[in-house]
Amino acid sequence: MIIIGEKINSSRRQIADAIASGNREYIQNEAKAQRDAGADYIDLNAAAFMEKEADYLKWIIEAVQEVTELPLCIDSPDPEVIKKVISHVKRPPMINSITLEPTRLDGILPLVIDYRATVIGLCQTRNRMGRTAAEKVEIAGRLIEKVTSSGIGIDALYIDPLVFPVGADSNSACATLDAIEEIMKQFQGVHTVCGLTNVSHGLPNRKLVNRTFLAEAVARGLDAAILDPADKQLLGALRASLMLMGKDEYCMGYIKAFRKGLLA
Amino acid sequence: MSNELFERLTRAIIEGKDKDAISFCREAVEKGLTARSVLEDGLMPGIRKVGELFSIGEYYLPELLISGKAMQAAVAELEPLLNAGGANFHAGKYLIGTVKGDIHDIGKNIVMMMLKGNGWEVTDLGVDVSPEKICAAIAEGNYDIFGMSALLTVTMPEADEAIKAIRKAGLRDKLKIMVGGAPVTQEFADKIGADGYAKDAFEAVNKAFSLKNKTRQQERMA
Repeated sequence: MIIIGEKINSSRRQIADAIASGNREYIQNEAKAQRDAGADYIDLNAAAFMEKEADYLKWIIEAVQEVTELPLCIDSPDPEVIKKVISHVKRPPMINSITLEPTRLDGILPLVIDYRATVIGLCQTRNRMGRTAAEKVEIAGRLIEKVTSSGIGIDALYIDPLVFPVGADSNSACATLDAIEEIMKQFQGVHTVCGLTNVSHGLPNRKLVNRTFLAEAVARGLDAAILDPADKQLLGALRASLMLMGKDEYCMGYIKAFRKGLLA
Repeated sequence: MSNELFERLTRAIIEGKDKDAISFCREAVEKGLTARSVLEDGLMPGIRKVGELFSIGEYYLPELLISGKAMQAAVAELEPLLNAGGANFHAGKYLIGTVKGDIHDIGKNIVMMMLKGNGWEVTDLGVDVSPEKICAAIAEGNYDIFGMSALLTVTMPEADEAIKAIRKAGLRDKLKIMVGGAPVTQEFADKIGADGYAKDAFEAVNKAFSLKNKTRQQERMA
């Protein structure tokens, strides 16, 4: 299971303030806390800053690499921004993200090759998001075709089947779960990844919904997630689910995480 | 007698019971109540209450949607009578769409549904709508308000572009403009010269009515 720490994201108020005021220490502490909580990658996003995005992202990359050896997940919808900052990354990163949109594909796939990166592919075309399980699987197939035909191994691709608010459409979470299962079955070697917070939009007790969704997604084969690793209840659900699915030999991942005080 | 029936209608909307709403509408009309009073004294207080409950966090998104659906069903039931009586349930004409480069539509669709439930005639341009397409629609139709949605920080500037294009086409005075979407703020709306911002579907409906009233006042002053 790959855990991508989501907290250094400019859509969060505290992070946007820290970036704008040049508060290096705040960003670094966020990175360290996520590392200590078991993150495998640290996601870095400065997309809220629009024209200053690349400069700020570069600054964050440097700040975070001073305090952790963890690989980074470079998060921008703009391939030009990723192109500008990626040379500052010291270890092979994950790139977040591509879609079937040609500018994003053509801009980013060469970088995946050059920097031995992995990449998140959203189940989204130029003008459409995958809503039903069948649509998601179909788009995933096309993403895999694009990625592998450019000489990148299928195991470098993390398919994000997209998560929509279940409060707006009762079948939307189920569509994502079905898609995860089908993608993992149909395309050997590919990974699946998703974010969790969208699922609970508009509902009470959102964290309960988020972690239950994560547990179900893991049960269907999800092998990476973008989340807050310092959320002990969430990590508890994740570790327990992995263990119950037979993905935690002798249950040691669960036990070790418990001993470190990471589960609740 | 009619009060009790109005209360049942109001409750049917608040509880999102579309079948009840329809059958109470029929009952009211059979008893000789006008479609207009069924709407104004029975249904509207219900949908207003739902909006209030949602805005104070008592009601959650699915409840807003169920009530909106019940409201739409009841209005559809009454519509022929409303139109026949010459008192059509028509708050105004609303043009809506998601900005260029952005294909999010869940929020936009929820706003659309709430507007329709409140008597707005809504024309949906869909997602990824170019400034040219927006201008063409405004030039062609007689809309009171154009509302656009942007869900990404990278597509927010497209709302600015759209307003610039509307201005350039000489269409800015034809209607009021609203913006919304997760990263959008009042500050941003002011900056790009929109007339209104709403943080959720309930506020969007209120804002639409207040902009429409403002237009009326301006027209009276002129």
